[in-house]
Amino acid sequence: MADRGGLPRLLAQRWFAPTFGLATIVAVFAVVEALLRADLLNRYILPFPSDVVLALGRVVTEENILSRMGDTAFEVLASGVLVVLVGVPAGALFHRFPVIRAALETWVAALAAAPVVLAFPLFLVLFGRGQKTIIVISFVYGVAPVLLKTLEGLSATRPVLINVGRSLNMTSSQMFWKILFPSAIPSIFTGIRLSWTFCLVTVVAVEFLVNLGGLGQLINDLAERYDLPGTYAGITFVILLSVAFFIVLERVENWLQPAP
Amino acid sequence: MASPSDTRPGTSGDEPLLVVDNVYKRFGEGADATIAVDHMSFGVKPGEFVSVIGPSGCGKSTLFNIIGGLLGEYEGEVRIGSERIMGPHPAVGMVFQEESTFPWRTVIDNVAFPLELRGAPKSERLDKAHHFIDLVGLANFEKRYPSQLSGGMRQRVSIARTLVSEPRILLMDEPFAALDEQTRLLLGDKILQIQQQLHQTTLLITHNLTEAVQLSDRIVVMTYRPGRLKRIVNIDLPRPRTSEVVGSDAFGHYVAEIWSDLREEASRGMLDAEASVARRGARG
Repeated sequence: MADRGGLPRLLAQRWFAPTFGLATIVAVFAVVEALLRADLLNRYILPFPSDVVLALGRVVTEENILSRMGDTAFEVLASGVLVVLVGVPAGALFHRFPVIRAALETWVAALAAAPVVLAFPLFLVLFGRGQKTIIVISFVYGVAPVLLKTLEGLSATRPVLINVGRSLNMTSSQMFWKILFPSAIPSIFTGIRLSWTFCLVTVVAVEFLVNLGGLGQLINDLAERYDLPGTYAGITFVILLSVAFFIVLERVENWLQPAP
Repeated sequence: MASPSDTRPGTSGDEPLLVVDNVYKRFGEGADATIAVDHMSFGVKPGEFVSVIGPSGCGKSTLFNIIGGLLGEYEGEVRIGSERIMGPHPAVGMVFQEESTFPWRTVIDNVAFPLELRGAPKSERLDKAHHFIDLVGLANFEKRYPSQLSGGMRQRVSIARTLVSEPRILLMDEPFAALDEQTRLLLGDKILQIQQQLHQTTLLITHNLTEAVQLSDRIVVMTYRPGRLKRIVNIDLPRPRTSEVVGSDAFGHYVAEIWSDLREEASRGMLDAEASVARRGARG
């Protein structure tokens, strides 16, 4: 074992995985570029990756991307926070009252599967053509996973831990905050991650469909101008936004329950 | 076989701290009813270490849950001193068979947990937790999380967490069942040492013969279904004890003696289990 070759040691390096990930993306781009240049892919549908990279700067300077990103970020954050504020307590309620659970769990699961985005005209009528509509649609679409995962996490609390609580004569509020809730946190955060993905996708999709506000509208505009490199550059900013959200979420989870 | 009437707690010395008096518990109704505990009576005196031993399925865990107050609705009485137990009692500290540490808390926060509930000031919490972590031999692992410890270490964390409330009676349900034999013997030493230091009154539920003889002053042998008291065996092995006692003639003698009682019960349990598998097979 002492005489391990260079490869295992290289794999163990901290920088290796991120570098490898980046290299993979660059490689995929290079392959796409090569296929386009060889006319094996249709260059009228897919832009050259190199053009997309060049378009990034143009999109920033000409399309006011930062304020658009701000709009989109605000909508995602607002619906993301709402989803947690409603979904987690509702999940706890479902757990506390089995009747509610029996009555509604299937419907909530069905809501998660329904293409709510397609009902956007209804929401436009109800909430007007503005950010409020986008936030509401995104909330409706995103709330189910967090609720269901909260319920699942609370229900999965190991009975022996509950017995420890009972043997210590804990009150039901102590039982919830000191045993059930901490035990459910990993599952709750899985739910939040799912929900936030839904929220981001919904926000951008509605912006795109309704031609309103942030990055989604920009992507729509660029696509209609047939600016393919610009369109894909816009999508890159959506990805950046989602990365930012997930980094923040991971920080919050770590702060709430430090991983060993 | 002893009948319930002549199995009164030992009368020598002081009054028992824990009294199990004519406890009877049945699950289910009619033809499907199972009598888990059938009029069991015994007592545990202050400072004494008593084990309840019986084959799997004899109702030991039911007894554990009744004494711990987790299972209401039974006949008979469990008393601490002269007070009848209704629900979990602060005088009884329970250690469970399954892994029961909180994975989201470090060792010290796990152990300090009962004090935190009680609203004890932080310095007192930490002092006491330190003390009991030391006692179970985990002084260098206070900041670790349970997932970073072995199974035996995690069980010791659970024991420290129970001891930190300084319960008058320590009630343990096969705390080492999931561990290998060697670890079990060594943890037995730890228990003996703690017992000596704290004069902790202890009731241990177990199916393990060596563990019971190694640790106990008295062993309550249970029958298989219904769970009745078969016999109480006094273990007159010298204290302080260590696991070395396992090699002595007297130890072997006790193990053989209890096994001769238990063998019949365990075989009945095994036949019963086989029969129920056969029945299920026939139905399916």
